[in-house]
Amino acid sequence: MSKRSDMGGDAPGMRVDTVRALRDAAVTALLAFGLFLPLIGFQTVTDVRNDLILTTRWPLLFSIVVIVGIGRLAYSLVVEPWLRQRPRLPVAPMSAWRTQVGKWFTPFAIGFVIAYPAIVLATAGFGRAVKWIDNFGIQILIYVMLGWGLNIVVGLAGLLDLGYVAFYAVGAYSYALLAKTFGFSFWILLPLSGILASFWGILLGFPVLRLRGDYLAIVTLAFGEIIRIVLINWVDLTNGYAGITGIPRPTFFGIPFNSDDDGFAAVFGLEFSPIYRTIFLYYLILALALLTAFVTVRLRRLPVGRAWEALREDEIACRSLGINTTNTKLTAFAMGAMFAGFAGSFFAARQGFISPDSFTFLESATILSIVVLGGMGSQIGVAIAAIAMIGGTEIMRELDFLKLIFGTTFDPTQYRMLLFGLAMVLIMIWRPRGLIATREPSIILKERKAIGADLVKEGHG
Amino acid sequence: MEVFLQQLINGITLGSIYGLIAIGYTMVFGIIGMVNFAHGDVFMVSAFIALVAFLFLVSFLGISSIALSLFLVLIVAMLFTSLVNWTIERLAYRPLRGSFRLAPLISAIGMSIVLSNFVQVAQGPRNKSIPPMVQGEFVLFTKNDYPVTLSFKQLIIWIVTAVLLACFWYLVSKTRLGRAQRACEQDQKMAALVGVDVDRTISMTFVIAAALAAVAGTMYLMYYGVVSFSDGFVPGVKAFTAAVLGGIGSLPGAVIGGILIGLIETMWSAYFSIDYKDVAAFSVLAITLIFLPQGLFGRPDVEKV
Repeated sequence: MSKRSDMGGDAPGMRVDTVRALRDAAVTALLAFGLFLPLIGFQTVTDVRNDLILTTRWPLLFSIVVIVGIGRLAYSLVVEPWLRQRPRLPVAPMSAWRTQVGKWFTPFAIGFVIAYPAIVLATAGFGRAVKWIDNFGIQILIYVMLGWGLNIVVGLAGLLDLGYVAFYAVGAYSYALLAKTFGFSFWILLPLSGILASFWGILLGFPVLRLRGDYLAIVTLAFGEIIRIVLINWVDLTNGYAGITGIPRPTFFGIPFNSDDDGFAAVFGLEFSPIYRTIFLYYLILALALLTAFVTVRLRRLPVGRAWEALREDEIACRSLGINTTNTKLTAFAMGAMFAGFAGSFFAARQGFISPDSFTFLESATILSIVVLGGMGSQIGVAIAAIAMIGGTEIMRELDFLKLIFGTTFDPTQYRMLLFGLAMVLIMIWRPRGLIATREPSIILKERKAIGADLVKEGHG
Repeated sequence: MEVFLQQLINGITLGSIYGLIAIGYTMVFGIIGMVNFAHGDVFMVSAFIALVAFLFLVSFLGISSIALSLFLVLIVAMLFTSLVNWTIERLAYRPLRGSFRLAPLISAIGMSIVLSNFVQVAQGPRNKSIPPMVQGEFVLFTKNDYPVTLSFKQLIIWIVTAVLLACFWYLVSKTRLGRAQRACEQDQKMAALVGVDVDRTISMTFVIAAALAAVAGTMYLMYYGVVSFSDGFVPGVKAFTAAVLGGIGSLPGAVIGGILIGLIETMWSAYFSIDYKDVAAFSVLAITLIFLPQGLFGRPDVEKV
C-alpha cells in the first residue's frame, strides 16, 4: 500500500506520493553513486617515486550521494507540489509596471555605472578600491562591450559566430605590436586596431557566406583556433606562448599615469596613486561600451540594420526582395569585429601584457553564452548576463569566509569555471530564450508593443 | 617511402580513435540535429575512468594479465561513460528539446566546461601518466636503416576498432533499436505515432555514442599513456571535423572521415610542420564546410521555402 500524505487542496494533482518520492530519491542517489564513483570515489595521485597511485575518498563520495538523494527528495516533496500549485498563467504581455521599470531602468543603470568608481571609493576606501574597480568594473565592462559587439553578429544578423575572440586577439596584437614597434599612441591605434579587426572580419566572413547555423559556428570556431595557433607558433612576430610584455599604457591626452614630474598626478597637483589610471581606464571602457550600444541602437534604424534583422528572419525572402545578402552579412561581421578590435586594444593597453592564453575558445564560448543567456538582441539582457556571469565568477575569488566552513585547504576559485558552466546549463533550462525574453520592435507603427522572443527567429545563418 | 608507410600506420591508428569519437557526433547530430559540444569532454572523462579502472585493477586487485585487464578496463569505461552521457542528456539536453535551436548548443558548451572543470577539480590539473600497458612491436621491414614498425598497441587499436564497429554496425542496421533510431532520424513525430519510444531511442543514442567514445578514450590512454583534463577539446573538434568531412549523419562517413583526418594530421606533421598540425585539421574543416558542406557521404541539404 502506498502511503499518501495530503499537502492541502483536494485536487488529485496536489497529492504528494511519499513512497514514490523515496523511491525516486533512492534511484537518484544510486545514479549519483555510479556517476561519481570513478572520479570522486578514487583519486589519482603521484607518490614519492613519481608513480601514479590510487587513493580512495569514500567520505566525500558518500556525502555527495547523500546530498543528491536528499536534494531529490526535497524536490519531489516540496518543490514539485509548489510548482504544481502555482497558477500557470499564459505569458502575459509586458505589464504596466514592467514598462514603467523598463523606462527608468536604462537611465538609472547608466547613472549607476558612471557613479560606480565614486561609490566604491566612498565605501571600500582608497586602498581597496582599485581591486573593485579593476576586477569588477573594468572586467565586466569589457565583456559587456564584447557581448554587445557580438550581439550585432548573432543577435541582429543571426550569424552564429564561435570564433569572435579571434577579432579581439587581432585588436590586442595590433595595438601591442604597433605601439611597441612604431611607438604610436593609444589614441591613434585604437581606431586603427578596430579597422584592422574589421578587415579580418570581412576576410574571414567572405568564405563562410554560404554557411548557416551550426556549420557557420563550427567554421568560425576553426578560424578562431587557427588564429590562436598562428599566434602561438609565429614566434618571430608574436613571441609565442611567452606573449608580449611591456605594452605602452594609454595616456590622458598625452599625460602619462606615472609618478614623474609630468605625470598625471603631478600635473593635477595630486598625490601619486595607481587608482587614477584605474579610474581613467574604467571610464574609457565605459565610453567604448556605451559607444557600441549607441551605434547598435542607431544602426538598427538604418537600412543596413533592418536588413540584418530581415536576414535573421528569412534569408531567402531577403534575397527575393533584392537585399544584397553578401554585403549585409559582411557589414555585420565587420561591425562586430570592429568593436572586438576596440575591446582588444583596450585589453592590451590595460594589461600591459598579452599572450595567446587570453584568446582561447573558452573566451568565445563565454561571450556567445553572455549574448544567448542575456536574450539575443536585447542590449540590457546582454549587460545583465555579463554582470551575472563575469561578476559571479569574479566574486568567487572574494569568498574567503567559505574557508571557515570547508577548512583552510578549500579554494573557492577552483570552482569558478565549474559553477560558470553549471550556470550556463541551468539558465538555459530555466529560460531557453535568455534572461530578457522580450524585444523592442525596430519599427513602431501605431502603438508601442513588446514582442515575445519566441517570435524572433534565432537566425539560420 | 618508408616514412610514408610508417606515417600511414600511425595515421590509421590515430584516425581510428577520431572515427570512434566522430560516430558520437554524427549519430547525435543525425537524430536531434544538435552539435554535441560536450562529446569531446565525454571522451576525456572516459579516458580518466579508464585510468582509474586500470590503476584499480593493478593496485587493488593485482591483475597482471594485460589482455584481461585491458578488456575489463574497456568494459568499465564503457559502462560508466554511458551512465555519464545518459545523465547529461537527461539533465541538460532533454528539457531543451524542441526549444529554440541555440539553447541546446549553449547548454552543451556549458556541459563541456562543467566536465573539464569537474575533472580538474576532482583529479587535479596535472598530466596523469601511466607506465606503458602494452609494449613490443612487429618490424615489418627495414630499409635504409629505417624500420617500419607496427606496434602491438596499434594492432590492438585496429582490432578493437574493427570489432566494435562491426558490432555497432549490426546494432544500427539489424536490430529493433537501430530501426527505431533511423526512424527517429527521419521523422520523430511519425516515429512516435507508429509506436517508437522517441525519448528512449534518443537516450540510447547518447549511450551508444558514449560507449564508443569510451573505447576511443581507453585506446587513447593505452596509446599515449598520458591524459589531462584539457585533452577533450582538440580531439573533440577534430572528430567533429571527421564527422563533417564524412558527411554528418552518415556512419561509415564518420569512420572514413576519422581515418582521413588522422592521415592528414600525421602526414602534415611528417612532411610539413608539427607545430601547425592542428591548423591543417581545422583548415580541412573550414574547406570542407565551405566547398562540400554535405561531406563525402552526406545527403545534400536543400532548403524549401
